Amino acid sequence: MPKKSMRDALREALHEEMERDDSIIVLGEDVITHGGPYAVTRGIDEKFPGRIRQTPISEAGIVGTALGAALCGMRPVAEVMYVDFATCAMDEVVNQMAKVRYMFGGQTDVPVVLRLPSGSARLLAAQHSQCLEAWFLHVPGLQVVVPSTAYDAKGLLKTALRGKDPVLFMEYKRLYTNECEVPDEDYAIPFGQADVKREGRDVTIVATGPMVPKALEAADLLSPEGIEVEVVDTRTLVPFDKATVFASVGKTNRAIVTDEEVKRGGTSAEIASLIAEECFDALDAPVKRVAAAEVPMPFSPELEKLVVPKTEHLVAAARELVG
Amino acid sequence: MFADRYDPLQDEMVSILTPDGCCDETLRPDLDDEQIRTMYRQMLTMRLYDRKAVSMQRQGRFGTYAQMEGQEACMAASTYPLEPRDWIVSSYRETGAMWMHGVPLKLLSLYWMGNEFGSHMPDGVNVLPVSIPVGSHPLHAVGLAYAGKYRQDGSVAVTYFGDGATSEGDVHEAMNLAGVYEAPCVFFCQNNQYAISVPVREQTASPTIAQKALAYGFPGVLVDGNDIMAVYAVMQEAVERARRGGGPSLIEAYTYRLGAHTTADDPTKYRDDAEVEFWRSRDPLLRVQKYLHARGAWSEDWEHELLEACTGEVEQAMNDAEAVPQPPPQDMFRYMFAEPSAALREQEAALLAALQVQQKG
Ligand SMILES: Cc1ncc(C[n+]2csc(CCOP(=O)(O)OP(=O)(O)O)c2C)c(N)n1
Repeated sequence: MPKKSMRDALREALHEEMERDDSIIVLGEDVITHGGPYAVTRGIDEKFPGRIRQTPISEAGIVGTALGAALCGMRPVAEVMYVDFATCAMDEVVNQMAKVRYMFGGQTDVPVVLRLPSGSARLLAAQHSQCLEAWFLHVPGLQVVVPSTAYDAKGLLKTALRGKDPVLFMEYKRLYTNECEVPDEDYAIPFGQADVKREGRDVTIVATGPMVPKALEAADLLSPEGIEVEVVDTRTLVPFDKATVFASVGKTNRAIVTDEEVKRGGTSAEIASLIAEECFDALDAPVKRVAAAEVPMPFSPELEKLVVPKTEHLVAAARELVG
Repeated sequence: MFADRYDPLQDEMVSILTPDGCCDETLRPDLDDEQIRTMYRQMLTMRLYDRKAVSMQRQGRFGTYAQMEGQEACMAASTYPLEPRDWIVSSYRETGAMWMHGVPLKLLSLYWMGNEFGSHMPDGVNVLPVSIPVGSHPLHAVGLAYAGKYRQDGSVAVTYFGDGATSEGDVHEAMNLAGVYEAPCVFFCQNNQYAISVPVREQTASPTIAQKALAYGFPGVLVDGNDIMAVYAVMQEAVERARRGGGPSLIEAYTYRLGAHTTADDPTKYRDDAEVEFWRSRDPLLRVQKYLHARGAWSEDWEHELLEACTGEVEQAMNDAEAVPQPPPQDMFRYMFAEPSAALREQEAALLAALQVQQKG
């Protein structure tokens, strides 16, 4: 099977779906010449002229017009350069896009996909490095997707592009160049199916996005010590696959939940409380969380390293739980 | 005077110093040769800083850097009429303007090296830190101007932003509020014709940006942004107007970014050499040089002297910045609230303990 980067896999998904469905259009800042900040939309203009539109710098405008177009049968894929700037469009996301189907009594589909580059990368500082899943997770009406591999990214984007409800598609900057085997044949990964990325009997790490490769690394490091880690990649946060997570915790009886977000009020808080609430009897120890401190991402590269949660934090948490 | 005489709806642009260095004597502002020589030196410093900054980034000693080559006249001349009590609220491209208003080059370099302390302004320097979300900051200038008016302290707030930023709703809310409050605020748009790769005609269907001011009920003036005399004259008028209670103005400085958007950008992908060459011939420094030369106020010797002195100043600033150690880990917790919360103190203690263990192990 050919190896592809997450960037290429996303691009492939877009091209294939645009070929299949001519209601798909692409909107965003700088999406033609540079293909957006991470070159995902490069090449679309040549292949699908007229179906990609470079917008003014206007995030509320991008999301709002995408929503309007979706209400009459188009399928806009809108890119907001960084998830940090989705905050400039929060009314459109939270008050409009999330609620319009409900407020119409279910009369309309809202097939908008927002692509949101997320997370830390070196020297991007406080206003370019955020992970805002938890904000969106909190709002009824939005689907939240966080792929961790090129394979998952392609399959999940395909499902997003075939769905009927809004999707916030979190693309972690640090993962764009990660490669894995991605088939050329068509496939889609349904929402609400977590993926056990590694099996183990001693402790479960429930991880999202960039923490998945770190959890796998931690598992490699712990295995020689006799600690076998099971890594569950949530893949989508809304809808959320409780069954897979609970089954894993039921087997290992210990859980670590990890993401790159600020820990307080983050995704890990939601998942940890689900486990505590519905899976308490299976637990041999309290759930642990590994996530970031309550500070913005520092500009200083030295401090940045201290804020982004690392493999060694997962290793330490697992040792504590098992030891 | 300019605001009444130049109609942005007719695309009329204020220009005083031609690219050949000839001055329109009827419009000449009150700047003597010594002042022009000072501004020339300032522009040269910006140019040298910019080039050195790019090379620092290439060597991994600066982070991503936003270039200002070609826009030096906008920054030198628009800040020249300001007083220390006035405020500057800028985007990432106004390193030169921030420096002109009192932020040392060392601090600016510290910022670009990735250190929050680079935005820790010296006492008495009325400059806000750079805000990266495009178009987010003009509102803060309106707030500063409104407060200045309320306190009657005679200050004016100047905000800088790009052509692309005028597509953001916040920029329009800022102008609308400033108009309603009659705030002493000057909106200074550097129309450098591109927002990353996107040309200004894809940002707005208005023939000029200056004309947008008319809808908010205040003057908008289009000015040749590569002409220090014109920028100075128009800015002086806008600042005076604001200071005496006449309310806000919008200035559109028509200029060109000769360099890349940032060190992460490749401009050859979206514009051709001929266009860049055309704008090189309109270099804001070159025309001042020609002007001074014609008046016997520029010589090659002086230029060499300046180059040496300004290069030294720039290099010193960058070396000084590099000598500043990385901020200690405590810093991240210290600057969250006036008083750190119990949770933050706990997190700080945990991090320090972990670092200690690491050091021992
Ligand atoms: C709210 C927001 N959206 C998008 C970006 C990404 N971005 C950074 S600079 C830029 C272009 C800005 O162009 P312009 O306002 O013309 O200023 P210039 O860079 O040309 O000085 C964009 C889109 C951002 N920083 N903030």
